[in-house]
Amino acid sequence: MDLPTFLIQLLNAVQYGLLLFLVASGLTLIFGIMGVINLAHGAFYMVGAYLAFALTGLTGNLLFAILLGIPLAFAFGALLEWLLYAHLYKRDHLEQVLLTYGLILIFEEGRSLLFGDDVHGVDVPALFAASIPLTDTLSYPVYRLVISAACIALAAGLFLLIRRTKLGMVIRAGSHDRDMVQALGIDIDRTYRIVFALGVALAAFGGMLAAPVSSVYPGMGNQVLIISFVVVVIGGIGSVTGALVASLVIGLADTFGKVLVPEYAGLAVYLVMAAVLLWRPEGIFRRG
Amino acid sequence: MTATPIIEGRDLHTYYGASHILRGVDFTVSRGEAVALMGRNGMGKSTLLKSLLGLVRPQRGEVRAGGENVTAQPTHRIARRGIAYVPEGRGIFPNLSVRENLVMAARSGARGQREWTLDRVLASFPRLADRIGHAGDALSGGEQQMLTIGRALMTNPDLLILDEATEGLAPLMAREIWAIIVAIRASGIATVVVDRNHAAVTALADRAVILVKGQVVFSGTATELRAKPELLHTHLGV
Ligand SMILES: Nc1ncnc2c1ncn2[C@@H]1O[C@H](COP(=O)(O)OP(=O)(O)O)[C@@H](O)[C@H]1O
Ligand SMILES: [Mg+2]
Repeated sequence: MDLPTFLIQLLNAVQYGLLLFLVASGLTLIFGIMGVINLAHGAFYMVGAYLAFALTGLTGNLLFAILLGIPLAFAFGALLEWLLYAHLYKRDHLEQVLLTYGLILIFEEGRSLLFGDDVHGVDVPALFAASIPLTDTLSYPVYRLVISAACIALAAGLFLLIRRTKLGMVIRAGSHDRDMVQALGIDIDRTYRIVFALGVALAAFGGMLAAPVSSVYPGMGNQVLIISFVVVVIGGIGSVTGALVASLVIGLADTFGKVLVPEYAGLAVYLVMAAVLLWRPEGIFRRG
Repeated sequence: MTATPIIEGRDLHTYYGASHILRGVDFTVSRGEAVALMGRNGMGKSTLLKSLLGLVRPQRGEVRAGGENVTAQPTHRIARRGIAYVPEGRGIFPNLSVRENLVMAARSGARGQREWTLDRVLASFPRLADRIGHAGDALSGGEQQMLTIGRALMTNPDLLILDEATEGLAPLMAREIWAIIVAIRASGIATVVVDRNHAAVTALADRAVILVKGQVVFSGTATELRAKPELLHTHLGV
């Protein structure tokens, strides 16, 4: 592999890993803090992508679509939490899996009714449509760099929120002792609603960002969901730092697996997971 | 003149599953007073405190705070009426630093008072100031207890409920905690104290309530209680 090819693959790996983080961070928070196994989390990624498709059609520009889409996704998440997920916290994992699997079916059916089963493309915003030439024949699309930059900014924001704000302290405290948080006069139900809506908004934002690169197609959330669960398990349930590290590891394993050993590429991710779990059964980072 | 109690339980009946734990308890705390809640192990003291806060729900009876019926209200609403709770077994957040444990609880009191700030709590608990960046679970038992009390004060309460605050502490540390409790009481905050140290509790309290098997067998002033040492002997084994 020559240097420019390596560089391109590295950028792709990082971009894929960061995008994965947007989905996996919400998944790990919802699992680690509320104790809910949310199989529908990949569907939120799909909802984001279709939202991007629909709103880009309406507004003519993906950037406007994203600006509109994020608050919509957050509100949708808050509504869903109030309507369904809030009733799941005290239920066992089997009931959670049943309800959230049912949600996947509902979302897919809704998608089919609204948008049909065809693959749809979303245009890269004109502002970021250029490519950066690397050699005479190789170049790198600016939009992919924008994806990475946006993800990095969001990851930084999420870490600040969790580490530095009162809301973040309450979130962490609540994962340890819910009753005590309430006894201090804090409405933990409201906190959970915010965390859930935030998780939905992050996953949907991932889908919106990815839409021009991956296109928008039926079942697009499922692959992301499975890999995101791998990320959560590797990173350690409930750990956002773990999710970030694991996302990047998976991004690298997947991308370079496809380049170096294409015939076994599908295995690379799971080999990494098996290796990490043998080394640290609790994941790289423990809850925190 | 009878001022409205800060918190009041009327004829509380609380169950754990099928076990009938509280059997018609009346319990009142008025502004600024110190109440000793006494009784042997397993008599329902902690259950009563949890019932008042809505952490367990009484099946029968009524909880009133500031004159309003709060029986069905969520715990955080009840707490916001100026009630702070230091539970048995401390209840610090081990995954938060000392500073975070304090800051996350900060708010102004039910009457808008902002007397207790991070600075004032740290000045009152120099040991916590020394450990400000440490994780909660890196503290000794006594320091953890100071942290829960400090955290409770950060909510600017009108009433501080202390459930076995000195349990399991070395005598020297227990004495330090008692000095803090006395100072808090002197600052005008009402307190409910559960503690094995009967001498210290009765010396501090204005009133005492003794529970036996989920029922009140004595409710009166500390002076009345001191005049009847046989009560302590019969019901507390001292
Ligand atoms: N969570 C619980 N589930 C079932 N029984 C409990 C629970 N907590 C306390 N009990 C029982 O309720 C009774 C009163 O307990 P508690 O209120 O903790 O007493 P105290 O604080 O006076 O020692 C005891 O018999 C105890 O075993
Ligand atoms: Mg007790």
